[in-house]
Amino acid sequence: MTGDPSKMSCAEFQAQLPDLISSGKDAAAHPHLKNCELCRALLSDLETIAEAARQLFPSVEPPDEVWENIQSAIKREKEDDVGPGVAPHHP
Amino acid sequence: MSNSPSPAQAPSRIRSDRGSEPPPAASAGPSANPAPSGQPNTSEAEALARAQAGDHQAFAQLYALHKRRIYSLCLRMVGNVAEAEDLTQEAFLQLHRKIATFRGDSAFSTWLHRLAINVVLMKLRKKGLSVISLDEAMEPTPEEGPSRSFGAPDLTLTGTIDRLALEHAVAELPAGYRLIFILHDVEGFEHNEIAAMLECSIGNSKSQLHKARLKLREALRAQKQQEEGS
Repeated sequence: MTGDPSKMSCAEFQAQLPDLISSGKDAAAHPHLKNCELCRALLSDLETIAEAARQLFPSVEPPDEVWENIQSAIKREKEDDVGPGVAPHHP
Repeated sequence: MSNSPSPAQAPSRIRSDRGSEPPPAASAGPSANPAPSGQPNTSEAEALARAQAGDHQAFAQLYALHKRRIYSLCLRMVGNVAEAEDLTQEAFLQLHRKIATFRGDSAFSTWLHRLAINVVLMKLRKKGLSVISLDEAMEPTPEEGPSRSFGAPDLTLTGTIDRLALEHAVAELPAGYRLIFILHDVEGFEHNEIAAMLECSIGNSKSQLHKARLKLREALRAQKQQEEGS
C-alpha cells in the first residue's frame, strides 16, 4: 500500500472502508474519493442504505394465538411447579 | 469490559424512535389500559410492580404494551412469521420466569428488548448459525466481488431507495448478514455490543455489516437496472 492516501488504489480504499465508515469520521472527505467516481458512488450508496434502514420494518401486531399460547404455557408451568401433592387440573 | 450479554445490560444507542410504543390494538390480546396522556409510564410501572408480585392480569397488561415491538423485532431478525411467533412466545415466557429479577437498572423496555434478542440468538445458535462460518461461506468469489460490480456511476441509489424493495432485499440476505444488518442499522446497536452478543470480534461485525450492505446494494441496483430496462 502506498503511504499517500490520495494515491491509494480502489482495492486499498475498499479494504479500509468498513473501518472508515464505522469510525464516525467523514468518510466522504477521504483523499481517494477526490478523483474516484466509482468509490464515491459506492460510499454514497452504502450511506443511503444505512440511512434508509432506519425507516424499515414498521411494527406489526402478533396474532392473538401468540398470547393464548403464552397463557397456556404459563398455566402448564404453574401446574408443574405445584407438584404431585396437589391434583393438577387436566381436562 | 464485560462481554457477557445480559438482559440487564442496556444497549448504548437504541435509537429513540425504538423506545416509544404504539398503543396496542384494542381487539387483539389483553387490553393495556394505557395511562392518560402525559403519564405514559405510570400504568407500566404499576403493572410491572404487580406482575413482579405474580399478578397475571398485570403481566397481560405488560404483554399488551410490548407485544408489537417484541414481535416486530423477532420478525426482523428471523424473517419468518411462524418462527417470529414462536420466538415472541418464548421471549414472554422468559419474561414471566425472570420478571422478578428486574431491578430497574435500565428501562424495562430496554431490558425486555435485550432479553428478546438473547432468545432469538439462542434459537439461531441452536439452528447452527455461526457468524464466522457464515462469513467465510459467503465470501464473494473474485468474479462476483464488489469491486467488479460497481457498474456505471449513473446507477447510484442515492435518493431512490424504495422501502419495500429494501425490506425485500434484507429478507433475502443470508441469515448472518441479515442479523448484523438488523442489529446495527435497524436496531441501532454498536459493533462492540453486537460482537458481545454474537461472540465474534468487533472486526468481524464491521466486516459482515459492510458485506451485508454491499449485497443489499447489488440487489437494489439489479432491481433498478431491471426497472430501467423494462
